[in-house]
Amino acid sequence: MIPLSWYLILAASIFCIGLYGVLARRNAIAILMGIELMLNAVNINLVAFWRYLTPSIINGQVFAIIVFAVAASEVAVGLALIISIYRRKTTVAVEEINLMKW
Amino acid sequence: MTVLQIIFLGISVIIVIGALMTVSSPNLVHAALWLILALAGVAAIFVLLEASFLAVVQVAVYIDAISILIVIAVMLTRRAMGETERQINRSWLLAAFAAFMVFSGILSLFSQVPQLANTPSDLVESSEFYIQELGKALVNVDQSIIPFEVASVLLLAAMIGAIFIARPPERAGGDS
Amino acid sequence: MPEDFLPIAVLIILATGLSFTILLLGQIFGPRRPNPRKGSPYESGMRPYGKGQRRVPIHYYLIAVLFILFDVEIIFILPWAVVLRDLGIFGLIEMGLFVAILLIGFVYAWKKGALEWD
Repeated sequence: MIPLSWYLILAASIFCIGLYGVLARRNAIAILMGIELMLNAVNINLVAFWRYLTPSIINGQVFAIIVFAVAASEVAVGLALIISIYRRKTTVAVEEINLMKW
Repeated sequence: MTVLQIIFLGISVIIVIGALMTVSSPNLVHAALWLILALAGVAAIFVLLEASFLAVVQVAVYIDAISILIVIAVMLTRRAMGETERQINRSWLLAAFAAFMVFSGILSLFSQVPQLANTPSDLVESSEFYIQELGKALVNVDQSIIPFEVASVLLLAAMIGAIFIARPPERAGGDS
Repeated sequence: MPEDFLPIAVLIILATGLSFTILLLGQIFGPRRPNPRKGSPYESGMRPYGKGQRRVPIHYYLIAVLFILFDVEIIFILPWAVVLRDLGIFGLIEMGLFVAILLIGFVYAWKKGALEWD
C-alpha cells in the first residue's frame, strides 16, 4: 500500500509549484491559477489525513468541501476584480496595478 | 512495488507536469488547459484515497466550473498581455528559490514525524456509508452546521460581489 | 474501492491513445500541401474578416459566475439529499435556510439584469 508520506510529498510539491506561480507570474489570472494549485494541494492533505489517521471521523471531508466552496467564491470575485481593473486600466499585469501601493 | 503504487506515481508525474506547465506556459489558454490536466490528476488522487464523492466534486466544481471561469476571464482580457510580452517578473529567480526553500523545509519536517510511514487500514464501510456520514455531519448541530450555513452566506457574498464588480458601468452603455 | 473506477481509467487510456494514434497516422501518411486559404480560420466557407481575437461580452462571465456558485450549492445538497429521510424535519429546515440565503443572491442577479441577454 501507499504510505502517507507519498501523498504529503505530492501535495507539498504542488503547493510549492503554485507558490512559484503566485510569486513569479506577472499576469493576474496566472496568479489566480497558482492559488488554485495551492488550494488543491491543501485538499489532498486534508483527504489523505482523513483516510490514514481518522477514517471513522468524516470531518476531513467536510473540511475539503468547505475549501471547495471557498475556492469557487475566491475565483468568482478575484476574476471579477481582474476584469474590472482591465476595463479601467487596460492591463492585467500586477506591477502596473499600483494605485494603492505606498 | 504494488500496482497501486505504480498508479500513484504515474498520476503524480502527470499532476506535477501539469502544474509546472501551468506556471510556466506563456500562453494563458494553454496554461488553463494544463491546469485542467493537473486538476484531473488530483481527482484521480481522491479516487485512490477512496473519497469518491470528492473526486466527483473535483470534476464538477474545478474542472467544470472554475476552469470555464478562468478561460472566459482569459478571453475577456486577451488584448492586455500578448504572448510576446514577458510573463514572469524580475524577481522570478528569488521566487523559485523561495518555493524551493518552502519545499525542502516541508520535507525536512516530514522526516521528524514517525506516523508518516503509516499504511492505511482498510475502510470497514462502503462508499455510500461515507456519503451518508457526510450528509449527517453537514447538518448536525454538534458538528458542521455553522460552517454549512456560513458557506451559504459566503456564496451569497461572492455572487453579489462578482456581479456588482464585473457589471459594466452604466454610463458606458452596456458594451464591453 | 479504487477498483470500481477501473472502467473510467480504461476509457481515459483508450481515448487518449486513440486520439494520439489518429493524429500520428495523419502526420505520417497525410500529404501536406499548405496554402494561405487552407491556413485561414474555418468560418463555414466564408472569407474571415476582422481580428480573430475579438473580446467576448461580459455577459458570458456573469452567467459563468452564476453557474459556478449554484454548482457549489450542489455539493452541499447532494450528501444531504442522500440522508434526507433520516434527518427529519430539522434537516429540511436547515437546508431551507441554506437555499433561502442563496435565493437572495439569485433575486439580486435577476433584478440587476445579469440574466438578460440583449
